[in-house]
Amino acid sequence: MSDAIAQAPGARTRENYWRTNAAKRRVRRRYAADRRLQYYGLGSIGLAIVLLGILFSSLIFSGYVAFFTTKIGLTIYLDPNVIDKANPGAANYRKMARNAFFTYFPEVTSPMERRQLGKSLSSGAPYVVRNYVIAHPEEIGDLVDIKVPLSDPFDQLSKGVIPREIDALSGDRVALFNVLKRRGVLHVENDKAYVKADVYINPGDVPEGDVEAADYQRMVDEAFRTFYMRAHSRAYEEILSQDVASAVKARVLADPALVGKTIQVNLPLSKHYDNLARTGEAKVLNPRFSSEKDLQWFDSLKKRGLLTTHFTWELFFNADSRFPELAGLSGALTGSFLALLVCFLLSFPIGIATAVYLEEFAPKTRWTDFIEVNINNLAAVPSVVFGLLGLAVFLNVFGLPRSVPLVGGMVLALMTLPTIIVATRAALKAVPPSIREGGYGVGASKHQVMLHHVLPLALPGILTGTIIGLAQALGETAPLLLIGMNAFIPSIENMGLLQPAMALPTQIFSWADSPERGFVSRTSAAILILLSFLIIMNAIAVYLRQRVERKW
Amino acid sequence: MLSYLILVLLLLILAGFALGHRKALAVGATSDVRMHSLAGYHGWYVAALVGIPSFVLVLLWLLFQGPVVDWLLIGSLPKEGVDGLDKGQLDLLISQIKSVAAGNIFGDPDAVVLEAADRYNRWNTIADWALFVLAVAVALAGIALAQQRISARFRARNTVELVMSGLMIACSLIAILTTFGIVASLLYESLRFFDKVSVAEFLTGLNWEPQIPIREGQVTAGGAFGAIPVFAGTLLIALIAMVVATPIGLFAAVYLTEYASSKFRSVIKPLLEILAGIPTVVYGFFAVLTVAPAIRNIGQAMGFEIAPNSAFAAGAVMGIMLIPFISSLSDDAIASVPQSMRDGSYALGATKGETITKVLLPSALPGIMGGVLLAASRAIGETMIVVMAAGIIASLTFNPFEPVTTVTVQIMTLLTGDTEFDNPKTLAAFALGLVLFLSTLVLNIIALRIVQKYREQYE
Amino acid sequence: MNDQSKAFTMEMDKSGSVASDTVMNPHKVTSRKVSVFYGLKQALFDIDLDIPDRAVMALIGPSGCGKSTFLRCLNRMNDTIPDCRVTGEIKVDGRDVHDPDLDVVELRGRVGMVFQKPNPFPKSIFENIAYGPRIHGLARSKSDLEEIVISSLEKAGLLSEVKDRIHEPGTGLSGGQQQRLCIARAIAVNPELILMDEPCSALDPIATAKVEELIDELKKNYCIVIVTHSMQQAARVSQRTAFFHLGILVEEGSTADIFTNPTDKRTQDYITGRFG
Repeated sequence: MSDAIAQAPGARTRENYWRTNAAKRRVRRRYAADRRLQYYGLGSIGLAIVLLGILFSSLIFSGYVAFFTTKIGLTIYLDPNVIDKANPGAANYRKMARNAFFTYFPEVTSPMERRQLGKSLSSGAPYVVRNYVIAHPEEIGDLVDIKVPLSDPFDQLSKGVIPREIDALSGDRVALFNVLKRRGVLHVENDKAYVKADVYINPGDVPEGDVEAADYQRMVDEAFRTFYMRAHSRAYEEILSQDVASAVKARVLADPALVGKTIQVNLPLSKHYDNLARTGEAKVLNPRFSSEKDLQWFDSLKKRGLLTTHFTWELFFNADSRFPELAGLSGALTGSFLALLVCFLLSFPIGIATAVYLEEFAPKTRWTDFIEVNINNLAAVPSVVFGLLGLAVFLNVFGLPRSVPLVGGMVLALMTLPTIIVATRAALKAVPPSIREGGYGVGASKHQVMLHHVLPLALPGILTGTIIGLAQALGETAPLLLIGMNAFIPSIENMGLLQPAMALPTQIFSWADSPERGFVSRTSAAILILLSFLIIMNAIAVYLRQRVERKW
Repeated sequence: MLSYLILVLLLLILAGFALGHRKALAVGATSDVRMHSLAGYHGWYVAALVGIPSFVLVLLWLLFQGPVVDWLLIGSLPKEGVDGLDKGQLDLLISQIKSVAAGNIFGDPDAVVLEAADRYNRWNTIADWALFVLAVAVALAGIALAQQRISARFRARNTVELVMSGLMIACSLIAILTTFGIVASLLYESLRFFDKVSVAEFLTGLNWEPQIPIREGQVTAGGAFGAIPVFAGTLLIALIAMVVATPIGLFAAVYLTEYASSKFRSVIKPLLEILAGIPTVVYGFFAVLTVAPAIRNIGQAMGFEIAPNSAFAAGAVMGIMLIPFISSLSDDAIASVPQSMRDGSYALGATKGETITKVLLPSALPGIMGGVLLAASRAIGETMIVVMAAGIIASLTFNPFEPVTTVTVQIMTLLTGDTEFDNPKTLAAFALGLVLFLSTLVLNIIALRIVQKYREQYE
Repeated sequence: MNDQSKAFTMEMDKSGSVASDTVMNPHKVTSRKVSVFYGLKQALFDIDLDIPDRAVMALIGPSGCGKSTFLRCLNRMNDTIPDCRVTGEIKVDGRDVHDPDLDVVELRGRVGMVFQKPNPFPKSIFENIAYGPRIHGLARSKSDLEEIVISSLEKAGLLSEVKDRIHEPGTGLSGGQQQRLCIARAIAVNPELILMDEPCSALDPIATAKVEELIDELKKNYCIVIVTHSMQQAARVSQRTAFFHLGILVEEGSTADIFTNPTDKRTQDYITGRFG
């Protein structure tokens, strides 16, 4: 036996092996590998958390401005001759608001200019005045001060979200421009910038020697390829002025002998790049404003202290609007509430009944196995498929109306069911068997034990699962879009289970799709509100879960 | 009308309960035999006999009232007006009649239409009243019948419990009905689609241009339904997402299970879970607002031209979404490797890292694989991120910096807005839905199998 | 002490001397005032125990008496338990196991351990045994590694049984074979000391007999410390026995003495089956 050990080639003497430098090095290396793995782990976690941080901070950064609105105070005479006391909604409030606004700029008189000036005011301003009058009919005949929002570009300008001037040149073009600069082919002559290019007058581009019809653009293209490695990019076309080809053409027409030779041509730059090459900047007015005058008017209002910033209560109390400065979430919140209500009323009892049946009553047969497999698979079916189901079955077969919270809630209920069933079963399993035995011991029936003893004890766990399921349903978007729950709802007056509606996530989706700048921050703000709802719901769920854990 | 009916029925159920309860108490007081069941159960018995049949009647009635009235309406239209109309025109006529009936009169409808609308309203009113009377009658009959059966010997509790079990079984059937509804609706509409476009073209065609003219003279492409570019785009984005999520999720899980102190773990795990709880529409907006411009800028700084709706941006954001999914499933898998494996490895003098890479990860591999497959099925079925951040045009490319489209994007674009259920554009969405459903189903089943096998190994 | 133990390294010892009850080899392990705390709870109280080389030392005592805890101090397996604190001095071959210069990886390479429940890795038999030599870099080549695996299997008396299925999963073996595989896995790293934590408690009598036979054979070359519940087993395999009770080392002596003539009343009660 011991001989075998002594002879085995790998079996070096024990003590000596660990004393060797090789062994010590090896141990060091092994620990280094261990640390490396640890760093990968920490790095991954760090990366995930940083990404989470970026997500939240970019939403907060872009969203917080939506919680503030720039308003201007207008002094309006509520003329009893214009406003009919019996029907105050019908008056021409647009005219009233605009005229009140124009008093700040008595020098602006021409209709053209006035139309432009009027655009500074939100298109929703007349509605603000109208609603004020309807709410305060006793003030008709008085001079009232009403604050109305500015239109979106000015609101954004006031909040510093958009600049007055923008780069006329987009980033990738500037990158190409810098390549030219680095290569030293840019030069300025007589207050004009040129690119010095070697253009080969390719005989192949001159059909039958006809210098008139030759393709000079192609020759310029070829010349530019020597500047750029990335030959497919034709982005430089914007850098050059439109008539570079004719500059070459003029040279060749003057001297047809140049065909087949390489000539040096000064190619003129286009307007913005010319500006950029000479002055180092190429700024233009932000196209969201129609002229410099807009900015002058804005500055004058600001200097006079007429602009004030207010918390955007409209975000919570207004319904949707085409004007971002007036758009609010009350319609979406109502729609989501109605849909979640339907979802809860359907999925909660059905989910509990299913779970109780499967966990406590059902015999273990193929049939119940089949039900279980079904539930597990439903939990993993993509949400868009539930949308297809809603569209094909609820809308087409059952003929329920489109866009209504009832259908939305039904689809969400089907999606929430598996979550509730799984949570309920877990909660039922966690109830110790001694409780059941105690119930049976005093002669209660199975149903009685279930209703009187097990379910009440399992309820916190069931509620936890239900809240988590509802939180998921609150954020669900795709199925609601498929059944059309993204109707434009400008007022919440007529909302109901069978009226077209909008939900919070679909509102986010439709705002995110809107081109106005103001909707970007509105979208972020809506997301922040949605996330705070989810955080509250999950916090309640966590609290309930902890209470359960304290019990057992 | 309907809400009144429901209110009346609820009141009748309440009344039934009260009557049953009272009668049982009265019977119990006079009877010389002990009541078999508590009075409450008798009350419930009456309530069930009132409520269940009447509500089933209402549901069935509502389901069939619409189609039956439509059928009557078509039958009542003058022969010469209906003959020669194809199905589409007939549908148009019917919907015109209905909108007139609802009071939305546009222009100058035909006398025939006005008359039909009148009839339609009349029949609906008749049907509503008939339902009301019938349902209330059924409910009253239930009260009468149930009242009679109340006696000392009547086993009300057992009957009520039987009804409860029946209701529970009915509820548990909903899961099956849902699956059935999904399969049936997808199959039915897909078959209609494959009537117009061959399966072979759909599954192997390289050209996807579903915008076909709806009206005559509309300028659109001819309409092609080769879904390969759509499938390829889906796979590309899902692949990018998995490449982002798998290593990050796996390393995070390794650190959290093996290295982290319990305090670190209790702080970091919920933070990661937040990523999983964020709705996908938020990720979609994040992709558009932050990630895509950032990727574009980085690309420009390096001299690349990257599309604003590149596959990479959508895939990367989807990957972020999947990190907690993979990390928590891998976490479970690694944590369920028995402690004795760790002890065995440490006792041989292995470092933590060696124990993880050589013993724990190989042992947990099936569990991790299952988690990765589940995540992949999520990536394939994910909708909002790609709807907002990926492209709509189907182009067959594997360049991650170009826009591609996915199955879910196509479903959404084909089905939002006007949906006509007899043109291939709309039906194509259901064919795509069928493919999506089947592929995620297969992935899920395989994944669950693997995970289950793996759990059995250590139980 | 250090010199002494050096004198007993493999190459010096050609005789393969057999330890007997009377002639004890120098001590492989010495422990002084070893205490172990789990959080605030103290599990071991000032244990002084010397363990001879090339012999079997049995640790006996009722459950929860701290014998396994003591065993796990010897290769610092207690490090893997959070909140566990060890004080006092334990020397293996004269070197303190808590010496910062002594790496825990090296310590565990020199002190093998076999657990209560056989815990082969879910890999092939070959891979199970090759794992240790691989991580420690004990084999210079592939054939080297094969030699180590074969000789370890042979020393564990398992070679003839598994010769044909050396690349099949180790988890497919019977319980007794699995435990001997774990012993082979421990031997493969060429340890000086082998710790066995109730190695037979999960085995049937026949498998137990085989493992005991193996222990008897191994003691010719290794110092073995075995924790056991079974006093018969302690009597059968060990030369010296230590009796633990409530975290205290009650009595230590040659196995024959402990079983026939215990000095402490508690030892006597335990051995005669009055508690335990």
